[in-house]
Amino acid sequence: MPARSGRRWAGAPGRCIGPRETRQRKAHSLEHKVPVRFYLDFEKPIAELEAKVTELKTMAAGEGGVSITEEIKTLEQKAETALVETYGNLTPWQKTLVARHPERPHCLDYVNALIEDFTPLAGDRYFGEDAAIVGGMGTFRGRSVMVIGNEKGSDTQSRIKHNFGMANPEGYRKAVRLMEMADRFGLAVITLVDTAGAYPGVAAEERGQAEAIARSTDCCLKIGVPIVSVIIGEGGSGGAVAIATANKILMLEHAIYSVISPEGAASIIWRDSNKKEEAATAMKITAQDLIQLGVIDSIIPEPVGGAHRDARRMIKLAGETIEKSLAEFDGMSPEALRAHRHDRFLKIGRQVQ
Amino acid sequence: MNWINNVVRPKIRGFLTTKRDVPDNLWVKCPETGQMVFYKDLEANQFVFPGSEHHERMTAPQRLTHIFGEAEPTIIPCPSVPTDPLKFRDARRYTDRIKDAKAKTELDDAVVIAEGPLDGVNVVVAVQDFRFMAGSLGMAAGEAVIAGMLHAVTRKAPFILFAASGGARMQEGIISLMQMPRTTIAVQRLRDAGLPYIVVLTDPTTGGVTASYAMLGDIQIAEPGALICFAGPRVIQQTIREQLPDGFQRAEYLLAHGMIDMVVHRHKLRETLVRMTRVLMRSQATKPNTSAKAQRGMNGKAYRNGSAIDNAPENAEKTALIAEPVPDQERFDPARRNRDGAGDASGGGSVTEAAPKKPQPRV
Repeated sequence: MPARSGRRWAGAPGRCIGPRETRQRKAHSLEHKVPVRFYLDFEKPIAELEAKVTELKTMAAGEGGVSITEEIKTLEQKAETALVETYGNLTPWQKTLVARHPERPHCLDYVNALIEDFTPLAGDRYFGEDAAIVGGMGTFRGRSVMVIGNEKGSDTQSRIKHNFGMANPEGYRKAVRLMEMADRFGLAVITLVDTAGAYPGVAAEERGQAEAIARSTDCCLKIGVPIVSVIIGEGGSGGAVAIATANKILMLEHAIYSVISPEGAASIIWRDSNKKEEAATAMKITAQDLIQLGVIDSIIPEPVGGAHRDARRMIKLAGETIEKSLAEFDGMSPEALRAHRHDRFLKIGRQVQ
Repeated sequence: MNWINNVVRPKIRGFLTTKRDVPDNLWVKCPETGQMVFYKDLEANQFVFPGSEHHERMTAPQRLTHIFGEAEPTIIPCPSVPTDPLKFRDARRYTDRIKDAKAKTELDDAVVIAEGPLDGVNVVVAVQDFRFMAGSLGMAAGEAVIAGMLHAVTRKAPFILFAASGGARMQEGIISLMQMPRTTIAVQRLRDAGLPYIVVLTDPTTGGVTASYAMLGDIQIAEPGALICFAGPRVIQQTIREQLPDGFQRAEYLLAHGMIDMVVHRHKLRETLVRMTRVLMRSQATKPNTSAKAQRGMNGKAYRNGSAIDNAPENAEKTALIAEPVPDQERFDPARRNRDGAGDASGGGSVTEAAPKKPQPRV
């Protein structure tokens, strides 16, 4: 990748990516662009243009004689512009859809690309293993780390295996176990948040879903090693907070983080499930809103068209931001780290007006 | 009513008959049996329906009277917070909803903090009032809980929380979610200070409140029949589309599943709290409180007009559930469910049998 990546740093902590900066970013070409197989509803015009480009390309390859490269170029340009235009002005509801995009890179994509010698660890030692929360240790850019994240799965089989990223109490108890281990051995903790929420089931309630979440949040606040949390997709309510109570919370540009899903809010508050778009806007769930409220620390910009259009670039950028965030806590004592986390959260909401 | 009502015009009627103020809650219907109970009787019986023993929800002032009785507790002022951080509006403005709730309940928000003596031990108490927007946890309630816990730390007093909440306050969005870690920080401060944190889960305690400070107590007590859950029964039913088990997410169910320490009848609640705070604070009993008033749990109100009061101590004796050990067969054990039942049951038994046979250490 050219030297651009340096400029495209999510930047200093607390810096918001404004509309102008977003526009500058759009100029780059999509190097690792992968063909999108799944288009969201609002992407229809882009899908049509891109389909036409592919069609023309195959035609050009087949016929050989007729030169339609010019036309392809214009169409590609058009598709690109449409993409830039659409993704520059996503509504909160559209962002929700992007955050849930099935092709979006998930937790294990980040882990596999960023963590060397990743060794997954399983089980909560009380009841079972919950694949909705994956965790393990490894080396991240020369640093020993413990990684914990919600994994949604990428195909039907793995989605079922990971319970669509919705954890049971065992998942949170495993997270506690891993965090305590990290604390014992002085490993920094990286958490990757991507869940619709904790799983609402009979067995989960039976085994104390609420208690498991509470203890996990408690553990996050307790340990004496730095925690950096990245909301890579959906940050769903208590299920997310349980592992996202960190020293530094980063968030992808089109990720969402909310107390309840827009659908849930629409049916509870508006008593009308069709009001989800209105709810998404009113609930202030986007990264851009949350940085204003002081809930997150910085936004990691996504490639044009969302993280799924260029997963490699996305993961690389996320890695760079995580590295920089972790470096900020180098040399801090366990007490200072804990105090930092406490102050960070106690501050939230007090200055909002 | 009588002939004069039919003859005299309505306007004149006012002069003839003296207007009587009839409170609309004079009679209360028991939700379980449908029995009508005189409000004063219910109040004297600490809002427990005689007969069905249904524990009616209590308001914050009622709860404070229940716990402190005649000893007037000091209300600790809660820090003022920015209201409506999201400028939220659905059908109505959120600020209007808060205004209504304030007018209706005469409270600042869903949590009231008080400090007072509990049979000689000074305690700080937080009470959540379900009437105030379903006791939901927003910035104000979160700050109140934090303030209460920190106040307990400065006063070196045990902290008792009466939880009742519908969960996070949706209208405050992410800020309400942030109250989960924020209140947890305050719980850690209590823990660091070595002070007991006792949680009384009352009907209903759900959502974000259960998933944070309300489940982090040193001791977890619940009132009989209280709904205590993370995801509500309706949400779960929609997800799994199956019939939910009997008594699902009720206090007794949580006790059976090891999630709480005890289910305590309201008549026994005060003395249980007194006993525990004494032990935990290692303070000696000043004098055994065996006065008739304390036994009856009358909150110092000598209302002696109903049969309910006279029966109250007996009822309490019969129905109070105090830390009853749960037999092994009743415990949830997926292993037993999956594998053959006999092996596990005997396995559980053999542990207790084997214990005495342990070889004594050589001296």
